[in-house]
Amino acid sequence: MGKGKRKVPGLNQSSTADISFILLIFFLVTTSMDTDTGLSRRLPEWDPNVEEQELTVKERNVMTVKVNMNNEILVKNGKINRPIDISELKDIAKEFIANPDDDPNLPVIEPYDIEGYGTVNTTIKHVISLQADRTTGYEIYFKVQHELSKAYTEVRDAWAKRTFGKPLAECDPKTEEPVVRAVYASKISEANPKEFGTAQ
Amino acid sequence: MPELNTSSLPDLIFTVLFFFMMVTSMRDVTPLVDVKTPTGGSEIEKLERKSLVSHIYIGPPAKQFRATMGSAPRIQLNENFAEVGAIREFVSTERESMFEKDKPLMKMSLKIDKSTHMGIVDDVKLELRKAKALNIVYSAAQEKPKN
Repeated sequence: MGKGKRKVPGLNQSSTADISFILLIFFLVTTSMDTDTGLSRRLPEWDPNVEEQELTVKERNVMTVKVNMNNEILVKNGKINRPIDISELKDIAKEFIANPDDDPNLPVIEPYDIEGYGTVNTTIKHVISLQADRTTGYEIYFKVQHELSKAYTEVRDAWAKRTFGKPLAECDPKTEEPVVRAVYASKISEANPKEFGTAQ
Repeated sequence: MPELNTSSLPDLIFTVLFFFMMVTSMRDVTPLVDVKTPTGGSEIEKLERKSLVSHIYIGPPAKQFRATMGSAPRIQLNENFAEVGAIREFVSTERESMFEKDKPLMKMSLKIDKSTHMGIVDDVKLELRKAKALNIVYSAAQEKPKN
């Protein structure tokens, strides 16, 4: 029999492109490129033995934001105690967080030591207590959270501009940003309705 | 006219194919509840690593379940309706499936319908605290700028 060199015929690869095209189109269609977006929060640790921690906080350091079942917002701090419109909330919160005029009815400004930076004067002990009824709508609750976040961002921005000469977005994420975030750390306490009862 | 050499075309397509295979997450659950998340503005952040995020859906049951379940908001975990009490187990299963170093970074994305009342949301939050899943995200869409 012919034992000479036999040439292996080349595989016809012209359809590989078509096959991979089909696969490609399948993945194109099934891919959801939309990334999740939202508002980040950190819940407090759960400890069944410790309740009502807020009692130890001085009255001037607390701002209570209550959203009731009719979706009305009631704000109470050393200066204000009345129902407000959501559009007012940001400015009230900003004034409360920063206490720019060193008002004795707003949170205490005291020296606070930040590791790796130094001591700054800030309202480190302030707390914003956000309370909602069981029948409060989620949408208004979310909007309140959003406004409070905005207030923090603007207070931080102002501080960053005063200290580093630039807004927070341009601060160095490794060195400067953590400092700004530590000076005005978010102190939003989301109490559970069960913990403060249903009393209005 | 000389014929165009297309021998590298499959390689090219394969490269694009691999890219899409990598970014695809096949774990999209079929929604059993209607969720229309609220919209927000400047404060809405992107969640960077999808592998760290688990989802909890809360909202009124989808149309085909209305007849049997009513329209009161329900919780959906994975592919099933669930009660509040099932959240702790859900969290620990999700945690088990993660790399050891990622476990403290776990985030729970709460996809909650706008019409939901805070009662059920608070119950879920309390369960999450008990399960030590403290990083949460109130899922929301970026508001589309008007005009």
